[in-house]
Amino acid sequence: MSSKKKNKPNARPRVAVFKFASCDGCQLSLLDAEDELLAVLGAIEVAYFPEASRAMLKGPYDIGLVEGSITTHSDAQRIQEVRRECNTLITLGACATAGGIQALRNWKDVDEFVRVVYATPQFISTLKLSTPIAEHVPVDFELRGCPINKLQLLELITATLAGRKPNIPTYSVCMECKRRGNVCIAVTRNSPCMGPVTQAGCGALCPSYNRGCYGCFGPMESANTASLANHFHYLGYPADQTVRAFRSFNAWAWQFRKASEECERQ
Amino acid sequence: MTARTIQVETLARVEGECSLYIKMAGERVADVKLKIYEPPRFFEAFLRGRHYSEAPDITARICGICPIAYQMSAVHAIERALGVKPEPAIRLLRRLFYCGEWIESHALHIFMLHAPDFLGYADVIAMAADHRELVEKALRLKKIGNGIVSLLGGREIHPISAAVGGFYKVPTKAQLLALVPDLEWALQASVETVQWTKGLEFPSFEQDYEFVALRHPDEYPLNEGRLVSNRGMDIDAAEYEDHFTELHVRHSNALQSVVRGRGSYLVGPLARFNLNFEKLPKAAQDAAMSAGLKPPVRNPFRSIVVRAVELVFACSEALRIISEYEPPAVPKADIPNRAGVGQAITEAPRGILYHRYAFNERGLILTARIVPPTSQNLRRIEDDLREYATQLVAWPQEEATWKCEQAVRNYDPCISCATHFLKVRIERGTE
Repeated sequence: MSSKKKNKPNARPRVAVFKFASCDGCQLSLLDAEDELLAVLGAIEVAYFPEASRAMLKGPYDIGLVEGSITTHSDAQRIQEVRRECNTLITLGACATAGGIQALRNWKDVDEFVRVVYATPQFISTLKLSTPIAEHVPVDFELRGCPINKLQLLELITATLAGRKPNIPTYSVCMECKRRGNVCIAVTRNSPCMGPVTQAGCGALCPSYNRGCYGCFGPMESANTASLANHFHYLGYPADQTVRAFRSFNAWAWQFRKASEECERQ
Repeated sequence: MTARTIQVETLARVEGECSLYIKMAGERVADVKLKIYEPPRFFEAFLRGRHYSEAPDITARICGICPIAYQMSAVHAIERALGVKPEPAIRLLRRLFYCGEWIESHALHIFMLHAPDFLGYADVIAMAADHRELVEKALRLKKIGNGIVSLLGGREIHPISAAVGGFYKVPTKAQLLALVPDLEWALQASVETVQWTKGLEFPSFEQDYEFVALRHPDEYPLNEGRLVSNRGMDIDAAEYEDHFTELHVRHSNALQSVVRGRGSYLVGPLARFNLNFEKLPKAAQDAAMSAGLKPPVRNPFRSIVVRAVELVFACSEALRIISEYEPPAVPKADIPNRAGVGQAITEAPRGILYHRYAFNERGLILTARIVPPTSQNLRRIEDDLREYATQLVAWPQEEATWKCEQAVRNYDPCISCATHFLKVRIERGTE
């Protein structure tokens, strides 16, 4: 972690929000906390948050919230500056924590991708990989989700302000599903559900809406991905579908990455 | 002749990242560039090889502000390719879903992104110190819109229930009826919002726009209709690519959509209002008339009033749908895989959103094309600035800069959306 840069005592903590390659949804989660927003804004000083304010104050900042993955040379440099300016650095969501859906390029020829989307490819400056923030700088906490859960964000901000450990569980979606009293759709309907290997945080949303979890909170702490891949195979799902199941919004998280590559090899 | 530049390195209160550069030579505007440095993410490329049923979930991630627009354009394009027409209750629910997004997105833009310009604050936080009630009203309105989205979709951002063929789960009538008291409050609050916005100060600035929006014979457009303009366009979604093209402008880093043979055009609230006024429910028409708005509205700064009128529409349409709703017999039609090509256009809060998909007999996507509203408005935004900046020649630098920013925010641009399809060169806004 960078050296401590202290504000003067009694000052509200200075918070900055930074965006890299992303959809804006995770930082919008803060504005979507309609009931708590004014209270949160009263407890902090929003020093840099371009999506919400044209007043952009210079660092250093007490807390930096980072959305998005690193996909360009200039962003790879910018994240270094951001790290230097922030006492505590928190990543928000699947892009910042696992490279995001745009990490699907990591298995392809990015130059070919550029040609598919853009008419004049030579003007596009992009890296071959989309990578999470922690591959570039030390990160103090990674908040999961595509998008993040705004209640977890509020808990994280509160805990950080209070100087305590945030209460963010690392068990699987199955735990939340049981707690909601859902009938297991993986067992009763042979649904290709990613719940057993996916970290909780969404409230077991997809199974509660009659569909299998698609893994948007990324791998749980001790995910047994090989076992789940075998189970999908046993249920008769084609291998390419299983590869796609592990390769979505958290495709570059190492557990999912390993699982999809093993499945591809077989 | 004095030369002067207006430069905004990071344009605030827009979704995504861009910078603005205007060069003035005396009373003439020599150059306008809205530079996009938001990195590209290549959605159209990595959609290839995915199953069509994944498209609504994947394309939602193009934009955290308007994921429903992406889900709706995707499901409609794919259903067209499959030759499937969902039952009427599904059609109603999709309209309701979209109303939720319009309420949430318009409330966000009117009060939290655009109003601070009119009232002279850097942001809604500073505004809340002096206008607490207004901000509380904004937050409640936004929450009510989000409430519709999370009931139908599971969560506000990247909802999980919309699917090709319907919804994974549909609400009961009782669940929808529980929204009614809040929506009645929201309808009233929206009418008040029209009244409040009409009293704001608007620069005198009108342009002769080509307005482009969907038009439906019976209703204000959301998911269906032909694409029309005030210059005689009247086409099906399948003809979109014949009528629009993207230009490479030498000094711009973005590909800009134009009407073939004509030029820039405007999509979004002003276009919808001007082309569909008679389809607005009476409450929305009355609110518009009382604010002195009647089509054609050609002053883009007044888009804040039109957005408020659309809030009235979205609340009253949501109430109508809830009163008519009976759950569908089958929430989600089971559709066998087959090959096909399909296009659709729907009305995102910021304007029309075009999707086209082609997939093989296993349902795997071969090609995808997506044209979001902001890339369609980009050239028009620059055209506005080219004209508008000439009014600001005598203004002090800081005020002129702020006014130009406001002129961009008139369009509620979503750079996150636009970038995945624009040609981008990374260039932070200094010359």
